[in-house]
Amino acid sequence: MPARAAGSPGRLPEGLTGLGGLPEREVARVALSGGLASVLGRFMFPNVLFEPVQKFKAGFVADYAVGEVDERWKDKFGIWIVRTEEVVYALISVCTHLGCTPNWLPTQNKFKCPCHGSGYYKSGVNFEGPTPRPLERAKISIDIADGQIVVDKSKQFHQERGEWTDPESFIKL
Amino acid sequence: MASVRAIQENIVNSQIWKSVFRVGIPNTNRKRVLAVLGSLILHLHPVKVRRSGTRMSYTWCMGGTSFFLFLVETVTGLLLMFYYRPTIEYAFTDIMDLREQAPFGIMREMHRWGAHAMVIAVWLHMFRVFMTGSYKPPREFNWNVGVILMVLTLLLSFTGYLLPWDQLAIWAITVGSSMARATPGAGNEGPMSGLIKLGDIRLIHAGDDARFGLIGGRSIGAATLLRFYVLHCVAIPLVAGFLMAIHFWRVRKDGGISGPL
Repeated sequence: MPARAAGSPGRLPEGLTGLGGLPEREVARVALSGGLASVLGRFMFPNVLFEPVQKFKAGFVADYAVGEVDERWKDKFGIWIVRTEEVVYALISVCTHLGCTPNWLPTQNKFKCPCHGSGYYKSGVNFEGPTPRPLERAKISIDIADGQIVVDKSKQFHQERGEWTDPESFIKL
Repeated sequence: MASVRAIQENIVNSQIWKSVFRVGIPNTNRKRVLAVLGSLILHLHPVKVRRSGTRMSYTWCMGGTSFFLFLVETVTGLLLMFYYRPTIEYAFTDIMDLREQAPFGIMREMHRWGAHAMVIAVWLHMFRVFMTGSYKPPREFNWNVGVILMVLTLLLSFTGYLLPWDQLAIWAITVGSSMARATPGAGNEGPMSGLIKLGDIRLIHAGDDARFGLIGGRSIGAATLLRFYVLHCVAIPLVAGFLMAIHFWRVRKDGGISGPL
């Protein structure tokens, strides 16, 4: 079989190759399609989100009754603040099963999700229904300047990863 | 009478007529067959159909019903687009207006019931093709195209589900899109995603995973509504239309509608 002419399409002269031993045309094709795919993919991830702020001031510890689940921030920020004898923590009101918003049922002393019936104790630990893990807690701290509680939802703490012992996940009273 | 014939002949011999119909009126069987083959509209139907292909008890006519329902959805959906605005201020009230105020409020119900019927028809079509063994070579490629078309039908149904923007829509899409969190390597709760780390910072989280790319945010919101609207009205129908063309073309190339080869 006669050797192809050096200038024939898709072939380089003998001994000349592009990246990784592939013909240059092949390299260009891979680079072009990879580039197009990543532009298309990246385009679907916005830089700015128009969502409620992740960090907010939640008033003073004294505003919350001991032993209660406080629902005042649930609609606006999706947070329950729970105060016990020893600590204050912020539970994120997103069911860890498939993302619905559970209800706090004070008479039954539990969180119950209306979608598939997952149930959680006041601590956020799951005990019934299909959910595989406890509710997540948000970062909570006291602002030194004015003494108010600051909740930051952008940092979550998972009980099953042992993160609830992290001092950022609760306020010690 | 003669004058009518003269007018007819004038029309048929005019430049405009000849530019539309390239050959004259076919007056022999051979010319009629060629006219079918040579016309864009007419060639969509095969020149010959096997008798078994017209037997309802064999085909259930479910493929044709699926396509018919796709056309119904296209026409009613196009009409709904004249009244519906995919924003959180207007979406729900526009749906209410479509029912209560727009003329022929049944248009929205037809779109909705047609969608349910299409999902059922597509499944029954798949069941029939499976039971008659019509997925076997040389039709295995068309079976795969059909499976993709079935997934696209379900995705059309899923994206349309959000558009009424009521409680059912929002929570159904919250639940449905949460499955994307379990994508291996790309969803924040998926297998292997936890291994993608920089130091102890997880690179795949709720703010950049597969679900985020799908719904345009951490939770269902204005971005999701617009995304699902574009997917529902433009992106998925375009892909489905392209694949349907291949699907129907391959039915004929692979030996015609069902029946023995």
